[in-house]
Amino acid sequence: MPTAVFEARQITKTYQMGEVEVQALRGVDLDLFEGELTVLLGLSGSGKSTLLNILGGLDVPTSGTVRYCGEVLDTDDDATLTRFRREHVGFVFQFYNLIPSLTARENVALITDIAEKPLTPEEALQLVGLGQRLDHFPAQLSGGEQQRVAIARAIAKQPHVLLCDEPTGALDASTGIVVLEVIERINRELGTTTAVITHNAIIGQMADRIVRLSEGHIQSAAANPQRRPAAELSW
Amino acid sequence: MLAIHRKLLRDLAHMKGQVVAICLVIACGIATFVMSLSTLASLQETREVYYERYRFPHLFVSLKRAPETLRQRLEEIPGVRAVELRIVSEVTLDMPSMDEPAVGRLISIPETHRPRLCNLHLRAGRYVEAGRDDEVIVSEAFADAHELKPGDSVTAILNGRLQTLRIVGVALSPEYVFQIRGGEMLPDDRRFGVFWMGETALAAAFDMTGAFNNVMVSLMRSAAEEDAIKRVDDLLEPYGGLGAYGRDEHVSDRYLSDEIRSLRGMGMIAPAIFLSVAALLLNIVLGRLIGTQREQIAALKAFGYSNCDVGRHYLGFVLVIVLTGSLIGTIGGMLMARGLTRAYAEFYRFPILQYRLDASIVVLGFAIALSAGVLGALIAVRRAAKLPPAEAMRPEPPKSFRDTLLERLGLQRLLPPSTRMILRNLERQPVKTTLSILGIALSVSVLVLGNFMEDSLDYLIDQQFQIAQRQDVSVALVEPASGTIVHDMTHLPGVIRVEPIRGVATRMRFGHRSRRVGITGMPPNMQLYQLLDAKRQRLEVPPEGLLISDKLARILEVRPGQSVTVEVLQEERPVRDIPIVGVIDDYSGLAAYMSLDALNHLMHEGETVSGLYLTADGANHKQLYSELKSSPHVASVTIRTGMLQTFRETMGENLLRMKAWNVFFASVIAIGVVYNSARVSLSERSRDLATLRVIGFTRQEISLILLGELAVLTLVAIPVGLLIGRGLGELVALGLDTELYRIPLVITPKTYGFAAVVTLIASVLASLIVRRRLDQLDLVAVLKTRE
Ligand SMILES: Nc1ncnc2c1ncn2[C@@H]1O[C@H](COP(=O)(O)OP(=O)(O)O)[C@@H](O)[C@H]1O
Ligand SMILES: [Mg+2]
Repeated sequence: MPTAVFEARQITKTYQMGEVEVQALRGVDLDLFEGELTVLLGLSGSGKSTLLNILGGLDVPTSGTVRYCGEVLDTDDDATLTRFRREHVGFVFQFYNLIPSLTARENVALITDIAEKPLTPEEALQLVGLGQRLDHFPAQLSGGEQQRVAIARAIAKQPHVLLCDEPTGALDASTGIVVLEVIERINRELGTTTAVITHNAIIGQMADRIVRLSEGHIQSAAANPQRRPAAELSW
Repeated sequence: MLAIHRKLLRDLAHMKGQVVAICLVIACGIATFVMSLSTLASLQETREVYYERYRFPHLFVSLKRAPETLRQRLEEIPGVRAVELRIVSEVTLDMPSMDEPAVGRLISIPETHRPRLCNLHLRAGRYVEAGRDDEVIVSEAFADAHELKPGDSVTAILNGRLQTLRIVGVALSPEYVFQIRGGEMLPDDRRFGVFWMGETALAAAFDMTGAFNNVMVSLMRSAAEEDAIKRVDDLLEPYGGLGAYGRDEHVSDRYLSDEIRSLRGMGMIAPAIFLSVAALLLNIVLGRLIGTQREQIAALKAFGYSNCDVGRHYLGFVLVIVLTGSLIGTIGGMLMARGLTRAYAEFYRFPILQYRLDASIVVLGFAIALSAGVLGALIAVRRAAKLPPAEAMRPEPPKSFRDTLLERLGLQRLLPPSTRMILRNLERQPVKTTLSILGIALSVSVLVLGNFMEDSLDYLIDQQFQIAQRQDVSVALVEPASGTIVHDMTHLPGVIRVEPIRGVATRMRFGHRSRRVGITGMPPNMQLYQLLDAKRQRLEVPPEGLLISDKLARILEVRPGQSVTVEVLQEERPVRDIPIVGVIDDYSGLAAYMSLDALNHLMHEGETVSGLYLTADGANHKQLYSELKSSPHVASVTIRTGMLQTFRETMGENLLRMKAWNVFFASVIAIGVVYNSARVSLSERSRDLATLRVIGFTRQEISLILLGELAVLTLVAIPVGLLIGRGLGELVALGLDTELYRIPLVITPKTYGFAAVVTLIASVLASLIVRRRLDQLDLVAVLKTRE
């Protein structure tokens, strides 16, 4: 058994929406293992993003604990969470969240400016196959290219974990596959522990492990016996 | 450069129109701040150095006549450092360029050495020499007005005899930095001049050899002024002492102090207005910027930028804008201060008035601009810093559309849809709407404030010179004379009406407060000089008792019905308690009036007059003036129209310049506020507006929605601004309320109208700039972007 990078135990998350309470997570136990690519599957609204945000220190659980490399994450302390994100986590979001006023290179530099032992922005963009588009602004790039810039930005600091929230959600299938290939390569070549959220079950086929989430519960978590290369997927 | 700094600069460049508008508002604030405070400091410092170097005294007193042997006793008064005894006398001058007489004040100076106090600063020529009895040094103000230079001469009537005064020098004195005759409202350099003459010659001409009638005293640092005044007064009482007074009652110094005070007021009010506007603009603009950058903020935080980093990043916007604005403002302020100093150099006669900018003022300016900017941006920046990253990741929840006031009032069906949209949008963002209205209102108030001075001065001049004072000529007599002189004057050429007055110098006391006040005795039913109350109703002098200036009543804290102690400082120096019967509303100096009979009775004298008010037929003025000039009884003559004209000329130019600046300042504010407000609305609504365009609305129709919003803001702001302007005007009038003069708060409908119109024009200009962007609205791009 590989070592667990994340161990989440009894995580609950309740949102207060005026009068009503929304229970996004209702006691989730989840492990992510060193070097593995995990795909979290679930319908929209099942709590995937909430869970990923809590793991990545973007959000805090209402109850429960998260261990990172065996240490409990102090979710009460904002400074600790910020340092945790800065040093260990790379995020990729559905809508890329690039800074429109910065070029591809500069968007990556935004992260390398504050990281310990980063790649250079050029190296990171080379890794995602955008070595030729360094000085383009997001508006000058296609959606898939923008998402690859976002991935370059996420991995430039050489994070321990890469958390991707619906990275193909805003892309058509063929562009989505290019993006998944990049994620796959990062996971394989750099050994970065990776979690990919999606509501698209087909994407689960590229995972080492598939976790299904439903209405705030883990429905199932199992190793994927036959990991398929992203390039072979289609939907 | 770090990528985050690059983002800052690119974002700033992207919103450069807004940035420039806010920078300009800040620049105006800092410019007025730097201008006022640095000019003030220069003025203050120049005055201090001048007074020190040329030994401006601390106490002044006039008297009837005392022997020079009194010098030693004056010098022995504790705290006295130096004493200067002088002869001061006013004469009539016959200037070739004018029909009417001018007043010359002759002041004695020692021939053998420079005056110990109030030394002269020679601008041209030389000092007087012993043994020449016709040499004088003329004050520069008078010399400039008449283009006199050493070698020229003027004709004076000394004690009834014509005498030629030969000018040997042109000089300045710390006593006459501002040259105005005590008791006059307006300076008149053409009709009032100061001449310094050797004391031997002057004494001989006025039969004052071995005597003096004016004393200046300088005190040691440790001296108690009040005590010294008391002792000087006691000593001079038998010699007709008119009461010593300190620098606070010295006219020239008082004018300087008041100017310094009003500069300080301006240095606070104007920057306060501009920086408040800048703060509220930063609030609106940064609030919107942060709103549109929620997802960028989320990304920054997700990758490990701390709350502090994000807060600092947005404060960076404030920093760049404030620093740029302050820099422009400082430079502008320095240039404006140069101009102002030049203007001051015309009004105030200093040997040199050098403009110098103290670094501490600049630093202070930057500091307050920065505080205002940070204060304005604080709410928005805090929101950005506090924004939880997970929440920022999701788009802002759509605004809840509650029923607005419109619906609750049931008016919605009466209004067309576009109007409804406008009103709902405004009502849904009460803070932004309020701030925008306030901003535009402040621009209106700047215009009101800028013009109210002109209105007030017009009103004041009208009240004082058309309604209160109706004489053409006022004549001061050399010696009080019997009432028959009224009859004699009536026979002068062209004279229509003559009314006598009697002026008596007194000290008025109530409780422990006292002031030197001249009481004017007036005949019943006087026509040429009318007293008015606060409601501008005419008041008659009562048969018994006093009418006094409202300001004097406030200083003495006395009310009608109470009695003041009047100590007459002339003749037999009677002391009596006299009741205050009423209070009059006047605009300069401190005055008291009583009936001529009652005053004569108080003085134990028969019908006696010391001055006359005349009206005369215009055609005969020349002859009348020449008779007055040569009359041995006449000490000086004041012509009303001449004084007014000179004043209007100098003031007119300055007021015009001031008005131009005000329009500029107010436009900067109005354009800044309207433009920013419009840009923010445009950014908030570009999706809605583009959607409307897509479903078939015309450009005009969508412009109407956006610009209608601005129109509503401007229209609501105008009355608010007029009120704020009036309030600020009251504050300014209060600041200018001094013993020397009061400025009534008068704002004409024309001023209100002007303020409204200029603001409207500025608004329209700003709207047109934004409208151009609206026309360029890229429908597809707007609809594609996710918000
Ligand atoms: N900030 C929030 N406030 C209120 N409800 C939220 C918030 N974030 C998520 N939710 C709710 O929690 C549930 C889970 O959301 P999410 O984790 O985003 O689901 P998923 O990513 O699987 O679509 C949903 O019902 C959603 O509406
Ligand atoms: Mg989600």
